[in-house]
Amino acid sequence: MSDVLRTAGLGKRYGRRWALADCDLRIPAGHVTGLVGPNGAGKTTLLHLAVGLLAPTTGTIEVLGRTPAADPSQLGRVGFVAQDTPTYAGLSVAEHLDLGGWLNPTWDRELAERRVRQLGLDPKQKAGKLSGGQRAQLALTVAIAKRPELLILDEPVASLDPLARREFLKVLMEAVAEHGVSAVLSSHLVTDLERVCDHLVLLVGSRVLVTGEIEPLLASHHRLTGPRRDPARLPSNQEVIEESHTDRQTTLLVRTDEPILDPAWTVEPVGLEDLVLAYMGRDSAVDSSRATLAEVAR
Amino acid sequence: MIQLSWRQFRTQAAVAAAGLAVVAIAVLITGPRVFHLYDTTVAPCQGRSDCGTAEELFVRHYGFLQAALTQLVEFAPALIGIFWGAPLVARELESGTFRLAWTQSVTRARWLGVKLAVVGVASAVTAGLLSLMVTWWTTPFSRVEANRFDPTLFTQHGIVPLAYAVFAFALGVTMGLLVRRTLPAMAATLALFIGVLLCIVFWVRPHYLPPAHTTMPVRAAGDLGFQPVESGRAFRFIIGSPNIPNAWVSSTRVVDAAGHPVSNQFLGTACPNLVPPGSVAGRFPAPTGPFQDCIAKISGTYHLVVTYQPAGRYWIFQSIESGLFLALASGLCGFCFWRIRRVA
Amino acid sequence: MIEFHLDTRSGVAPYLQLVHQVRQALRLGVLGVGDQLPTVKEVVGRIAINPNTVLKAYRELEHEGLVSAKPGIGTFVTGTLGGDSLASHGPLRRDLRRWFAKARAAGLDEESIEALFRDTFRSADREGVA
Repeated sequence: MSDVLRTAGLGKRYGRRWALADCDLRIPAGHVTGLVGPNGAGKTTLLHLAVGLLAPTTGTIEVLGRTPAADPSQLGRVGFVAQDTPTYAGLSVAEHLDLGGWLNPTWDRELAERRVRQLGLDPKQKAGKLSGGQRAQLALTVAIAKRPELLILDEPVASLDPLARREFLKVLMEAVAEHGVSAVLSSHLVTDLERVCDHLVLLVGSRVLVTGEIEPLLASHHRLTGPRRDPARLPSNQEVIEESHTDRQTTLLVRTDEPILDPAWTVEPVGLEDLVLAYMGRDSAVDSSRATLAEVAR
Repeated sequence: MIQLSWRQFRTQAAVAAAGLAVVAIAVLITGPRVFHLYDTTVAPCQGRSDCGTAEELFVRHYGFLQAALTQLVEFAPALIGIFWGAPLVARELESGTFRLAWTQSVTRARWLGVKLAVVGVASAVTAGLLSLMVTWWTTPFSRVEANRFDPTLFTQHGIVPLAYAVFAFALGVTMGLLVRRTLPAMAATLALFIGVLLCIVFWVRPHYLPPAHTTMPVRAAGDLGFQPVESGRAFRFIIGSPNIPNAWVSSTRVVDAAGHPVSNQFLGTACPNLVPPGSVAGRFPAPTGPFQDCIAKISGTYHLVVTYQPAGRYWIFQSIESGLFLALASGLCGFCFWRIRRVA
Repeated sequence: MIEFHLDTRSGVAPYLQLVHQVRQALRLGVLGVGDQLPTVKEVVGRIAINPNTVLKAYRELEHEGLVSAKPGIGTFVTGTLGGDSLASHGPLRRDLRRWFAKARAAGLDEESIEALFRDTFRSADREGVA
């Protein structure tokens, strides 16, 4: 299967700060990929690079095999919903659909109108008067109705209440099921992504920490609880991601594809949120040890 | 893209159309009356020296409306730049809607190009129609005052308002693109537009064509007199521009046959009673008397050298200035196309 | 028609949860042979989960011989868990009762019994898989 997104050494710098650095990524087609990480990690930067709103400082990025926003047909293959789902406050819902038709040769007017009816939106209502959830649904409709091959969504549900969030994700999943479109969706709420994504990219501190299919990821990570132990004495095929100790007990989060045979451990599965948090914690520990090394070297 | 640009411009277009309609009604109703008044009161005595009162009455009769209409033409380009130019791109950048617009199947260049074309043409048409109506309406006034080449009036008539409007619009779009916030862009547009206009009026316009020179007797000067300078110990000889109808006089000098300007000693000798140290002399000459003797004495040796742009060059200057502003507008548009690729 | 739900905190893979819910429905008689399972689009439109999850679940059920996918029409129940109803397995039930009685006699409370059961079940399960 081909990749919808491919980057090599991708970086973006603003002044002295690197918003994204050394990004090597391959996102396969036919999946819903979650892009997760703390605020300021570079998620928005990566997505804006993917839709051509930004140009890279270093490295390359290819979307559906071509440079982002290379020409109108490339722009038509990717649907984008930006953070805070921008819409034209002065234009009505129907006029937004007109906009889609005027600007996109592949616009499916019938699909757009059907969705608007299903959502219960009033076509004459100005977008400025819609609720947050309705605006998000409108923006999603505009992105879907041009029949893209890839949908990119930047924190689309971040500012929505739980009901609006769930409704948005339902509509998104329906579109994925009906049209076979791939999706990349960023969020700092892992619980939402767990339901709808089957592929994950974890971005922390402007770098990619983890990437892969969610199920094998979860299957290969375990929480081990047992009596106090030095993690260095574990078998080499068990990589410790996170450790914590009390005077009597050790808790480890390990990654391994082999079965854990030591009977002293209680082995439990790890949820996606805990997995993400563990990697984020490890990254900041590595950062501070990097800083210490740098100081020693000086 | 044309439909979208038009839909987004709809409200502003409606306001402009309403404004033009109001002006059109005022012009069409009062215009014939103005022409009639001119034809009956001023035209019969035009050219004769006893027309002064009739002319003054005529000008005063519709003076308020004349001022209002010409001020409107004066302000229209700036208003177009501020309200049509500055928000064009700035509003989209400020509100984030550019993230919606630039991810549809249109390139940024096409998006910008069509918006510039639609609103740019609207700017030219609006300013052009306004100037056309007002120029026609003020024709009798021009005949009476014969001063259309004067710097201020030059900017309010003819085809230059159209060029100013297109330039102000392009300037507004550029500022919006650079500043990215609507209100600061509007302020910057206003300031820069006025600045550029003043620079060109005072420093560039005089040089469109090399000025012509002519000599005239001293008596032909518009205002003659003496004015004290700095506490009355010194004085200055005032020479007003001669009245050359519809020409633009840039300087008037009193020189002798060899080209030397008149000196204070000569003036002191020729007009002794009029210029005692410490006293103020009248500025308006009486029909006879010491002042006329003084002028006669000066005229014996000196004459006026007038530097001016002849009346016949009016439309050439209008064309040059329009071309200049349209060229500036094109340059700004080119810059915008380059710059918009860099907007993050 | 069966309605699915997802328990995000159970630690069980989502597709397996769907499989279990179909099997449970078959056991309880909510689903019978010839009934149609909801389409992928209907499922994800109801409970906002990834379509691949549903596809995987239906494939697993097809692999187990319980359902059959007819392209363009839908997925239909073709098999039963015949003989697998809870009503049967009398001997297993009796053994379990005896074990519970022993555990109580040994002084274990309800939670300890459950913990012991789960722990043993999981490690036995993993040993079986590995």
